[in-house]
Amino acid sequence: MAEERFDCVVVGGGPAGAAAAYTMAKAGLKVALIDRGEFPGAKNVFGGVLFRSQLEDLLPEFWKEAPLERLIVEERLMLLDEQGMVTLSHRNPGFADPPNSWSAMRAQFDAWFAGKAEKAGAVPVYQTTVTELLQEGDRVVGVRTDREDGDLYADIVIVADGVNSLLGKALGVHREWQPDEVSLGVKEIIHLPRNVIESRFNLEGNEGASIEFLGDTLGMTGLGFLYTNKESISIGVGIMVNDLQKARVKPYAVLDHVKQHPYIRKLIAGGEVEEYAAHLIPEGGFHSMPPLAGNGWMICGDAAQMVNAVNGEGTNLAVLSGRLAGETAILAHVRGDYSLGMLDHYNESIRASIVFKDLKKYSGIHGLLSGPERRVLFGKLPGVLNESISDYMSVNGITKEEKQKMLIHQLRDAAGGNVELLRLGLKGWRAINR
Amino acid sequence: MLHIAVCIKQVPDSREMRIDPKTNTLIRQGAPAIVNYFDLRGLEAALQLKDEFGARVTVLTMGPPSADKAIKECIAMGADEGILVSDRGFAGADTLATSYVVGQTIDKAGEVWGPVDLVFCGKQTIDGDTGQVGPGVACRLDYEQLTYVEKVESFDPNTREIVVHRHLEDGVERVQAKLPALITALAEMNKPRRASLPGVLRAARYQPIVWTTNDFTDLDRSKIGLRGSPTVVGRSWVPEQKPVNTKILTGDTVNQVAEDLFTALFATELPGKLGWVQEG
Repeated sequence: MAEERFDCVVVGGGPAGAAAAYTMAKAGLKVALIDRGEFPGAKNVFGGVLFRSQLEDLLPEFWKEAPLERLIVEERLMLLDEQGMVTLSHRNPGFADPPNSWSAMRAQFDAWFAGKAEKAGAVPVYQTTVTELLQEGDRVVGVRTDREDGDLYADIVIVADGVNSLLGKALGVHREWQPDEVSLGVKEIIHLPRNVIESRFNLEGNEGASIEFLGDTLGMTGLGFLYTNKESISIGVGIMVNDLQKARVKPYAVLDHVKQHPYIRKLIAGGEVEEYAAHLIPEGGFHSMPPLAGNGWMICGDAAQMVNAVNGEGTNLAVLSGRLAGETAILAHVRGDYSLGMLDHYNESIRASIVFKDLKKYSGIHGLLSGPERRVLFGKLPGVLNESISDYMSVNGITKEEKQKMLIHQLRDAAGGNVELLRLGLKGWRAINR
Repeated sequence: MLHIAVCIKQVPDSREMRIDPKTNTLIRQGAPAIVNYFDLRGLEAALQLKDEFGARVTVLTMGPPSADKAIKECIAMGADEGILVSDRGFAGADTLATSYVVGQTIDKAGEVWGPVDLVFCGKQTIDGDTGQVGPGVACRLDYEQLTYVEKVESFDPNTREIVVHRHLEDGVERVQAKLPALITALAEMNKPRRASLPGVLRAARYQPIVWTTNDFTDLDRSKIGLRGSPTVVGRSWVPEQKPVNTKILTGDTVNQVAEDLFTALFATELPGKLGWVQEG
């Protein structure tokens, strides 16, 4: 056992863990930051963007020094069928100034962020896996690592070990995820020259675009994404695990299929695949969030299912939850009280924050995505929408009045009749408005 | 107490390195920096002697400030102190200038913590591949020189005698030497240990001792850096891959394949070259 005692041990050096460690170290607490990777971020798989909000509260103007790829100035939502697409796209100078989000390589970004915690005084313990929590009675008193003399004692353990949270399971707050609570994300990084990316996506300098697509995922529930990096494109899909199981389809087959789509194909043409990665994404949302604290411990980020699948937010919620856990630890340290009664303060801060409020608002999403309506939403609708809009826009002698009727009929038929269309709309609305 | 110095170098991981086809030089960018593979064996051997007989282990390296990461890795494994010899004046050194500076550093470490009895180096670095610095240091220090060592058989702290196995092209040589000595380590020597948790915690806070040109009193400035490096790289190139004619023999039986192989082999010049058949 290491003779040194720490005020807090943070397990996991991702955004949640680094935010917690940074917050506490800055306040003078003695903190150890443990990560199993060679450096934080080394094991990361990321299919998203980094947002300014939340991180900025911790590190003002971080974007001036952090390793980021491109500033997202354009977002597109594409509804794909096998050949066509309907796109909603947004670009507006005010959207990127002040910056809203960036594409990023998390292997670089996480290492940088954890480096901030190190500079603030957190002691890095990397390439080290926590194998179990040390408990005395009903209290967590430290962690056991896979190194020789590897026990490390602390007043508080902050668990931020990601979606598969082994420690969450050890605490009994984290059951095995059900196949309808997680999706499997697969991603490729495709190298393309800077000027090619800029001309294909109408970008200049450091500008970037983000595309999300829905449909053409072989009828399964899931979303695709495409982000422009400096000299590469990240493209991937996240598919609900239960659908993959049922259809007996390998996730990379879905990605390969999407890459062949006539429109997507041209965006990535001529690129060379540099990297391939896969990871689980928590999708359970509100109902899957475990209890957040106990005697001597708190849990943050993906480990606590803090992902807003609707808006693609996760890292920002991780940062916020890490900061709130860190702030609670500082209070607990001042009072010398590490019991649930004290650490429940973290639970309360989360409830008062956007983590809780947004996830609560979307708490119906999980039901929608795992119910029978998902077949319509992800299978039929994008196709019908594509057809209807083609029909509507074709000049072919049919009167506009007739066209409008056809459009409505087609959509109604896809949903299974007027009542069903209404029900789907209502359910969709409710899913995002609790 | 026995004082062991271990010479290490931070190198780009050659398993993740490519060669620039235009300049024919290594693309070091992007390859992670690691402690030279063979040097870690030297460190492990030193730590094993420390475990058994008690010793002070001093790690030293010449390199840029970022090499402190390599030093810290050695501290985590159990080295007592780490010296980073770093200064613009040392830059551009070839193996001759490097050996001189490393020799000077070992002398100086001897002045600070007591004379160095034993030095470990890797047999070569994985980026330069020369294998010249170890022997060069031994010459300058006038230490016994034990290169290509695959095993330390025994050490007697009273008589200060060490017995090692040198792996040579035509066999293994068992050598006994009296300290002070310098050993260059082969990969087979041992398996470097994984740092303990207290080691990792110590390393996280450890600040390597940095020596610049000004910290050496008798440094001959004509022997260091680019000025002290007579080596000139005339040309470097990547050997072209020669096309290989591969023929896969398929026969119904093993004997048939062996027969075909025999016939095919004897149709070449190879048996003659190997002296299997009388020529003419």
